Amino acid sequence: MAQFLQVLLSGLSTGSIYALAAIGFTLVWQAAQTVNFAQGEFVMLPAFFVLIGVHWLGMPLWLALIFGLILSMIVLGLLFKVLIVEPMLPNGGLPLIIATMALSILLKEGTKQFYGAEAQPYPGLFPQATMTLGGAVISVQDVMNLLVSLAIVVGLTLFLNRTRTGRCMQATAQSPAVAEILGVNTRRMVLYAFLINAALAALASFLISPIYLAKFSNGENLGLIAFIAAIIGGFNQIRGAIAGGLLIGVLDNLTATYITAEYRAAIPLILLIAVILWKPEGLLGTSEGRNV
Amino acid sequence: MKFKPFAASVAVAAVAMFAVGARADDVVKLPCVCELSGAGAVSGTNFRDGAHIAIDEINAAGGILGKKIVMTDMDTQSDPQTSRALVQKAIDDGAYAIMGTVFSGSTIVNMIVAQQAGIPQFTGAEAPNITEKGNPYVFRTSSSAAKGVPALTPYFKDTLKASKVAVAWVNNDFGKGGHDVFVSQMKDAGIAVVADVPSEQGQADFSADVSKIKAAGAQAVFVYLNEEEAARFLKEAKKQGLTVPLVGEVTLTGQKVIDLAEGAAEGAYAHVGLATSAPLAPIQDFVKKFHDRYNRDTDHNGIKGYIGVYAVKYATEMIGKIDPQALADKLHGLTLDAAKYPGMLLTTSWDKTGELSRESFMTEVKDGKQVVIGTVPAN
Amino acid sequence: MARFRYPALVLLGLAALILAPRGEGNYIIFIFTSWLTYSIAAMGLNLTLGYSGQISLAQASFMGIGAYITALLTLAGLPWIVGMLAAVAATFVVGLALGFPALRVKGHFLAFVTLAFNTLFFLVARNEDWLTGGNYGLSGMPRPNLIFASTMKNLPFYYFTLGVFVVAAALMWWIVHSPWGRAFKGLRENPVRAESLGVDTTRLTLLAFAIGSAYGGLAGALVSPLVQYIDPGSFALGISLKILLMVVVGGAGYFYGPMLGAAIVILLPEVLRFTEGYYLMIYATAVIVLMVFSPRGLMGLGERLWHRLTRPARQVRADMAGGAQL
Repeated sequence: MAQFLQVLLSGLSTGSIYALAAIGFTLVWQAAQTVNFAQGEFVMLPAFFVLIGVHWLGMPLWLALIFGLILSMIVLGLLFKVLIVEPMLPNGGLPLIIATMALSILLKEGTKQFYGAEAQPYPGLFPQATMTLGGAVISVQDVMNLLVSLAIVVGLTLFLNRTRTGRCMQATAQSPAVAEILGVNTRRMVLYAFLINAALAALASFLISPIYLAKFSNGENLGLIAFIAAIIGGFNQIRGAIAGGLLIGVLDNLTATYITAEYRAAIPLILLIAVILWKPEGLLGTSEGRNV
Repeated sequence: MKFKPFAASVAVAAVAMFAVGARADDVVKLPCVCELSGAGAVSGTNFRDGAHIAIDEINAAGGILGKKIVMTDMDTQSDPQTSRALVQKAIDDGAYAIMGTVFSGSTIVNMIVAQQAGIPQFTGAEAPNITEKGNPYVFRTSSSAAKGVPALTPYFKDTLKASKVAVAWVNNDFGKGGHDVFVSQMKDAGIAVVADVPSEQGQADFSADVSKIKAAGAQAVFVYLNEEEAARFLKEAKKQGLTVPLVGEVTLTGQKVIDLAEGAAEGAYAHVGLATSAPLAPIQDFVKKFHDRYNRDTDHNGIKGYIGVYAVKYATEMIGKIDPQALADKLHGLTLDAAKYPGMLLTTSWDKTGELSRESFMTEVKDGKQVVIGTVPAN
Repeated sequence: MARFRYPALVLLGLAALILAPRGEGNYIIFIFTSWLTYSIAAMGLNLTLGYSGQISLAQASFMGIGAYITALLTLAGLPWIVGMLAAVAATFVVGLALGFPALRVKGHFLAFVTLAFNTLFFLVARNEDWLTGGNYGLSGMPRPNLIFASTMKNLPFYYFTLGVFVVAAALMWWIVHSPWGRAFKGLRENPVRAESLGVDTTRLTLLAFAIGSAYGGLAGALVSPLVQYIDPGSFALGISLKILLMVVVGGAGYFYGPMLGAAIVILLPEVLRFTEGYYLMIYATAVIVLMVFSPRGLMGLGERLWHRLTRPARQVRADMAGGAQL
């Protein structure tokens, strides 16, 4: 029982970070109808911005985190939209998907060239203390990761549902043409979606890097998991992405503990195929209602 | 001041003339086929840079039999198929011997090409099967896992007096090699392996791995993971309060793991074939040389590249000619005494399969540093 | 005369391929052979992507299935041709089984399913030691023995691969120029119209995907004897992305696109070697720029330049040029 609780809680903590990256995926999907294959690198890179702030610019950690967040929103939000997504939108979906694949190579190799190929220690945001709960050892970090992620998600949901800007963003995602007619500045709404995605990726990066360590190749795994989480949960729903992220985090640990460690990575994939077979809109998703 | 540019241009011209003057057969070609990008970039780059230090030293002292060594760097991108093609290219270009590769999966592929051409190859790989294929042209620059891991058996059996152990390993060709040797060693020693936990490369969450080991009641754990994964494992072990001895081979007590684990590596124990922290003057001199030149620290792969090049120099001077076949023949069963051949750093021997034998070390992490606590004689 | 120009060009290209490796070292021959192999895999993906508009991220795993089947059968002493036929048949069937559920629903679901499949294949190949050799892979596959010559050496093996390549390319040419293949093109250009004309788009797309997968299997059947060593890492998801990039960079939907793309991806590291670690960054940037200016790849770019050269630019009325965007 203690073991079950142990892996369950750790899984929830890791899963909450997958969820943050997965939400970003769904936002970009809704805003630009594209799959961002560089999403994993979007989570890898902000940790390096923080390291640059701390080690090269001599900032205290809190300032470096703000610096990293702002730089992420500029580079991974604004520049990504203006330099890559926008010029390619008239070309259709495929070129953009290919471009994000190339971007993932570019970010990965760039980080390696300029910061080195070795993993870097990354400062934790929370004290290293642990507590015992029903025989399971939980670190403050685990609990805080889960709480912070959930807080971000709740905040984001409130923003999207309760504020005017948030509702305009939703309208833009559902039907850009109608939103435009209703007087919504759709270009700005799309920009907001990209900025929020970048901010979420940066926050996920700050939370996971103390565990995952900062390394140029981290995005390969993270991106894949976030991607799968988003599809399993439902590609057009924020709550779907959360469910998908948490589910993968927990299932991964339970599989490794009780069934098979060799095939632990297979479980999310089998789940993915099963979801597409029986509920292609995702576990919590709703049908998109597009015809072509 | 004015004549400085003039002097510089004369120097450049002189070098250029020298370069033109050095005809192809006046040089010894030792291409480095290494992992300079991709997953193995750290190991491969250290291996190459260590080799370049040796080459510059040897060239400054007159080269091999009066001929300069030329090393071209060839990047395998950590891909076995590319490495095979590059070994082919190196041989087409007239290689005398080949340095690399460091990845076992690559070496097992490309050594077939070197074997077909009869060109000696100095690999940094540690998988046991490389020297078990009867290839007379492949030579190691560090002992295989088949030799390293058994050095730990007495520690589990006699020092820890363990009857139940666990093994945590990374499920790739590197991890599998160490795992297989360990499991068979434990079987022979009559020790039960109560938890056998493979993990994925790049795995983030080690809570399931550690909790399984804890639940199985192992008295010691053999940790055979890559550096980042080892650090994550150590952190999780500390978090879950896994207090049994954690024992590794090579990586576990390395400085990189110590830094990444942020205190969680304290007390970890490892057998290291080539420790950069070994308290021996020649090794410390090399580590310092490396740092001075590249402004970063090397791991054991830097030493591998360095001694690989020196092995070629010493053996070639013994046979007195540039002849790949004679070089391979000479190296089988050869022992190079470090007192007489300082470039080897440690006295080194090769057997008839190309396997290497050399003194090795038991290390422990104390106060955030790798400390050598004992030596294991050459076997 | 114009009627003969195209066949003449093809013959010229073939002659170039036959003469190219003459007098070259083993390395260059290996690179050429590797290019032909990847071209076959990319050609197959081009049928899926370029003609039926579906993304597959599993081409490397189809190569893997083909390579493992060929390796196991030839290591058991069966001739290569048996291994090759088994590989092609198996990948065709797997393609059907994989594509059937994914193509029922509209959207990028084939991309998702194939992405999962490729990683699953990697895990099975790595974990099932008894069959696949696990992490250590399989090695020492014999090269095919033809009636008149052995292909153990590199040059004969290049010609052997070239022969397979030419047959595969001719078959592909026939597929895309048959009435059936023209239905594909109609499908890509206007799916709604194709459907209203009575074309069963789902069945057609599924068939295209299965044939594309079988081309992956054929490429795998060549990789086995070429490298004489296979391991799970050689067929991981990253390789699928590499093949996808080949098709798109060359020009999806163009017959020669995949061959051009494969040449670029295989040869680029050679050309850019002087840039050391930067070549992947240069490559990635070039791909992004290409996608902005010519989403139809290098073939599309070439076509546009060719039209500009051969036909003097028509005078476009300024107001009309603007009107297209309004």
